[in-house]
Amino acid sequence: MADIAELLTSPTVVEADQDRTMILNMGPQHPSTHGVLRLVLEIDGEVVVQVAPDIGYLHTGIEKTCEAKFYQQVVPLTDRIDYLSPMHNNLCYCLAVEKLLDLEIPERAQWLRVLLSELTRLNSHLVWLGTHAMDLGALTVFLYCFREREEILRLFDDLAGQRMMTSYFRIGGVSLEPPLDFYGRTRALLKSLPEKIDEYENLLTGNRIFINRTKGVGLLSAEDAIALGVTGPPLRASGVDWDLRRDMPYSGYEKFQFNVPVSNDCDVWARYVLRVQEMRESVKIATQALDGLPEGRIVADAPKIVLPDREAMKTQMEALIHHFKIVTEGFPVPAGEVYQAIESSRGEMGYYVVSDGTAKPYRVHMRNPTFATLQSIEKMCVGRLIADVVAAIGSIDIVLGEIDR
Amino acid sequence: MTDVTQQNEKEAVLAAHRDHPAVSALMQHLPTAIQGAKFDRQELTLTLARESIIAACRELQAAKYNFLADVTCVDWYPNQPRFQVTYHLLSHSLKQRVRLCVLVGEGDPSVDSITPVWPAANFYEREIFDLFGVRFGGHPNLRRLLMPEDYKGNPLRKDFPVEGYR
Repeated sequence: MADIAELLTSPTVVEADQDRTMILNMGPQHPSTHGVLRLVLEIDGEVVVQVAPDIGYLHTGIEKTCEAKFYQQVVPLTDRIDYLSPMHNNLCYCLAVEKLLDLEIPERAQWLRVLLSELTRLNSHLVWLGTHAMDLGALTVFLYCFREREEILRLFDDLAGQRMMTSYFRIGGVSLEPPLDFYGRTRALLKSLPEKIDEYENLLTGNRIFINRTKGVGLLSAEDAIALGVTGPPLRASGVDWDLRRDMPYSGYEKFQFNVPVSNDCDVWARYVLRVQEMRESVKIATQALDGLPEGRIVADAPKIVLPDREAMKTQMEALIHHFKIVTEGFPVPAGEVYQAIESSRGEMGYYVVSDGTAKPYRVHMRNPTFATLQSIEKMCVGRLIADVVAAIGSIDIVLGEIDR
Repeated sequence: MTDVTQQNEKEAVLAAHRDHPAVSALMQHLPTAIQGAKFDRQELTLTLARESIIAACRELQAAKYNFLADVTCVDWYPNQPRFQVTYHLLSHSLKQRVRLCVLVGEGDPSVDSITPVWPAANFYEREIFDLFGVRFGGHPNLRRLLMPEDYKGNPLRKDFPVEGYR
């Protein structure tokens, strides 16, 4: 067997094993690798013998950049890690810093955060469903999914002024009160979504081709999944009943009723079924958040951390001073270290923030779900056909932005 | 902080959290491995001796800490020991986390790889090797992960500038 590690480093083609196997380079520009993932495959005919993922093409050094910014300036950077679920990154970072600051967040802000997290999850799952189906040859689903995704992005646009890089969550709460028609439009969207999800299922769940491409493909046992650090839908599809929203609740998730779908099938099909069920649960959670949205402030009462509102700044000396201080020199955060994890669309997203007592984070590390999940690709693909590699990559819902950071 | 106050804090935290599954497992099987303990913002941090990290991970895995969530590193330059390798473990059944730290000096920045215990550590340790230059003994494939193969330097070290030339 050719040494695959060597192949990754040397640009020349190494002789394959006794003319039996050959090396196939997949990516970084392959459409089914969702960005810039490169896989080096050793194949025997059409059967995969070895897989070696090669990442880093999108590495921008965000962790290093964070160390040079004030705490509040890091929020827009976190959007850019995972362009499909920016609000999850915002939320996780804000929760970590709030934990360091020991800051109490008002209920209304918490519920808004839950509502928007679930909309983000829907957004991310819609893109996943569309592209995953497209990878497997079902082109139509993509157009249907993007129709609803567009509406979610329009809501984000009206809410935060940005479609994708929202930076809507702030340390201490959220940045703005939502516009007046936001609630009605969100409600209408949430009401129509279950029907729309039925439409996607009509296209895929009974589709013979889709079933044949996914059932029994990309098998991953529960033991392997845990050993390889797999989280989120792929972990639950392997029969491990674990969801941080329910098991270690954050941001008020303990107040919501929802089910955590679990399956024991361990294959690509199970991951598809789970994500579709998860979308239905997200609609439920978002509806609850919308119905029960409490009145009150949207930011914590912490004048030295949260920017004052415009009116107060123009009329009160104190507020003006605080505003000036926060913008020019940030706010000091007590020394210490925290690890805050949330359940993002792809699994456990964790922020490890270390403070040395100054206004800039000493170290920010992101634990991103697909970074660990990517390691399971070898277990899923070895001994299977090349075409199944495409299905397996799609099933872990890969986003290279968050893997490379 | 002086050594004496650190020692006192460790004793106090270990006594207060005697029933914590991670503390009790390590106190029972590897009492000498624990060099420090901290309980801050509801998170337990145990600092371990460098040579006992694999043994400690095995003990904790047996004590139901079945999942390795994260491995990362902090550079405390110019303080010594310079590097702090941080492990976050999670227990699915106890719904609890514990943080392990190993302090690594600048002269020989290396620590044993925990890939025999959790294969998930593979990418994390490669990332730390890449960005901090800390080596992991016994790692199956210790090469750069994010930076190009022929890159010189370790970008996340504190003496590596954010902008401009090195």
